[in-house]
Amino acid sequence: MPKVNLNHMEASILLALLISVVLGVVTKKSDKDRWNYGLYCFGCFMATLFGLGWLMKLGHG
Amino acid sequence: MSADATKIPQPAKPGVPISKWLPVVLIAWAIPGGGHVYLKQTQRGALVGSATIICFLFGLMMRGAFFEPQTGDLLLTLINVGGYIANLMTGIPYYLATWLGYNQPDVAGHVHDYGTKFLVGAGLLNILNMVDAWEIVTGEKD
Repeated sequence: MPKVNLNHMEASILLALLISVVLGVVTKKSDKDRWNYGLYCFGCFMATLFGLGWLMKLGHG
Repeated sequence: MSADATKIPQPAKPGVPISKWLPVVLIAWAIPGGGHVYLKQTQRGALVGSATIICFLFGLMMRGAFFEPQTGDLLLTLINVGGYIANLMTGIPYYLATWLGYNQPDVAGHVHDYGTKFLVGAGLLNILNMVDAWEIVTGEKD
């Protein structure tokens, strides 16, 4: 099994993408709603990721 | 008038026999996405199954650790037993990795730490897959 070294950003984006796919597929009934909800979830993950990232940077200086 | 007051009571749905949904839920647990494929929802099964497997494989490649069901104080028990259950929920991929000798100790480092979270995340995603398969077989969802 090869070893991969992802940094914080890559790992977070990958996890957000995978979770968004599953949440989009299992929670909505039509393909359009699935796309919309999947993209919405991914957007929320990204907003949280960057928001908390900046909060930590500003908090720690 | 509140929204609750206008609700018309619906007759209870007849229960779906356990012999109908249990095999589907077991297949969905054992093979991520398998429950959907069994129910002829191939595209959905492929999507959710591949997302779960990719999450699990990245967890292994990042050398994440599997949880052991250790007990102690409340928080320790919650984290370890919860993590262990989430690991078990991945189904056959978890057992396959264990049988093939994957035994990564819990070491410090952000890559290992993310790997552990990916392994737990794969189990949690598979729980969502199982619930979705159950909803399809019981007619709660198309």
